[in-house]
Amino acid sequence: MTALTFTLKAPTQQRIDVAPLTPDHLTGKTRDEIGAIPLQTGNRQLRADELFAIEGDDAATIEFRGATAKLDYVGLGLRQGEIHVDGDAGSYAGMQMKGGKLAVTGNVDAYAACEMKNGVFVIGGNAGDFLGAALPGNKKGMAGGVVIVKGNVGDRTGDHMRRGAILIEGDTGAYLGSRMVAGTIAVLGKAGEHIGYAMGRGTLLLAQAPAAIPATFNDCGSHTLGFIPLLLKSFAELETPFAGMSEKLKRVRRYAGDMAALGKGEILVAG
Amino acid sequence: MNINGVEIDATFAEAFPMKATRLIVTSQNMKWATLTAEAMTGFATSVIGCGVEAGIERELDPAETPDGRPGIAMLFFAMGGKTLTKQVETRAGQCGLTAPTSALFAGIPGKDIPLGKNLRFFGDGFQVAKRIGGRRYWRIPVMDGEFLCEEATGVVPAIGGGNFLILAESQPQALAACEAAIEAMRKLPNVIMPFPGGVVRSGSKVGSKYKALSASTNDAFCPTLKGQTRTDLSPEIESVMEIVIDGLTEVDIKQAMKVGIEAACSLGATSGIRRISACNYGGKLGPFLFHLHEILA
Repeated sequence: MTALTFTLKAPTQQRIDVAPLTPDHLTGKTRDEIGAIPLQTGNRQLRADELFAIEGDDAATIEFRGATAKLDYVGLGLRQGEIHVDGDAGSYAGMQMKGGKLAVTGNVDAYAACEMKNGVFVIGGNAGDFLGAALPGNKKGMAGGVVIVKGNVGDRTGDHMRRGAILIEGDTGAYLGSRMVAGTIAVLGKAGEHIGYAMGRGTLLLAQAPAAIPATFNDCGSHTLGFIPLLLKSFAELETPFAGMSEKLKRVRRYAGDMAALGKGEILVAG
Repeated sequence: MNINGVEIDATFAEAFPMKATRLIVTSQNMKWATLTAEAMTGFATSVIGCGVEAGIERELDPAETPDGRPGIAMLFFAMGGKTLTKQVETRAGQCGLTAPTSALFAGIPGKDIPLGKNLRFFGDGFQVAKRIGGRRYWRIPVMDGEFLCEEATGVVPAIGGGNFLILAESQPQALAACEAAIEAMRKLPNVIMPFPGGVVRSGSKVGSKYKALSASTNDAFCPTLKGQTRTDLSPEIESVMEIVIDGLTEVDIKQAMKVGIEAACSLGATSGIRRISACNYGGKLGPFLFHLHEILA
């Protein structure tokens, strides 16, 4: 059995909603049934086989190839199985994921992993704004699972985040962890401005000191915190350097805030 | 049956079902992990008066512990889940939370009972929950830093009351044999010997002449009563000591009894060790019977 592969026949002008193409929906369907699935693109619907060359037969593992940057909602509500995108993905990748694994080798656009509940999402490149956030108007952001970003992330990462972990190997945009309710965001690179804006609870773990700690975060001094090794060790089976960084990151300076909000969150700066 | 000149009685140890959990304590170093574990498993020799039987199972390398620090695995046994829950919580609160640098973790999967679930309120609102690897942990701010405590620990069915008796020509010889047995048994997983140093000298029988007491001294094995009661001791026996074993499974207890008896017998009749026996209540008390001859076969 080989992975069920969707290769875009030609670059498209319009975005394509590929939400129906997940292992949950496709398992048990014949190639003809899969080819006949209507996909929204622009203001019309096209059959999946009009847009994609479909190969392979193992619907538990799905691959997207070609000019994939305009595929939105990759892995929407994914419960089980794996989805690989060979290249970039559009917006809302991994939205409301409940399990399984999603891997994008390139960049993803805005709202990746938004309202994610569980599972593992690996982003090989950069992520856009509102990674792991809540949809506009919603109050509940990412509530579980692990997101790994090899590159940089945009603004408002983890906005309204409630649980789970976002592990960022590059730099972040502004308002990292804004309005966060709980959960953990760890960053190896540089954090942008207004970090932890209106954060209620949760943890921002930074390997490097940010340019500025907001005035509404209070210095609690340097500490060696036991939960950090425990947390980082739990990522041992994932593709992230954080798993081996217990020694480097367990000694931190703790800033509590945002005192303009609930004030029970923390920015932990290694060193 | 005779090992190294030591007579093995054709009798059995009688054990009963219990509920157990394993906790792991880690600390800055092994000294403090040991101190904490000793406090947490203190006054836990017998369920009769202590509610729970507890002991140190073994030391853990930093590589084996959840947070990468030196640690100790402890086992706790009680007659029911309710008592175990209460005892674990009380001991974690009074002896774990209070001990410098300590962190507490569940050491066995099973039906969850609270560990840090209620201790967290000590944090007075400053406590922080972290869900890590599907388990929930509490970070409770304390004066030395943070007390890290898993929310719950697992309860499993277990067995309590495996035992054997060492009958010797003198008190020092009985104790030496017990020490040899305990040293060998402590290397085994899944068992504890809950009495002081693993040894109990006050074995009991069911019932008493006093109505208020449900158990009293095992006079048949008391050497000073040889001429005064229906004794089970031959004239040369001057001292009897018992080793009680609680274990997670029948196999664990059998293995511990075997290893312990063999270690005691290795001293031999020349060291004054004359007989190995076991305590039972005629099969009335518990469903688990450990026949000495079968175990040593």
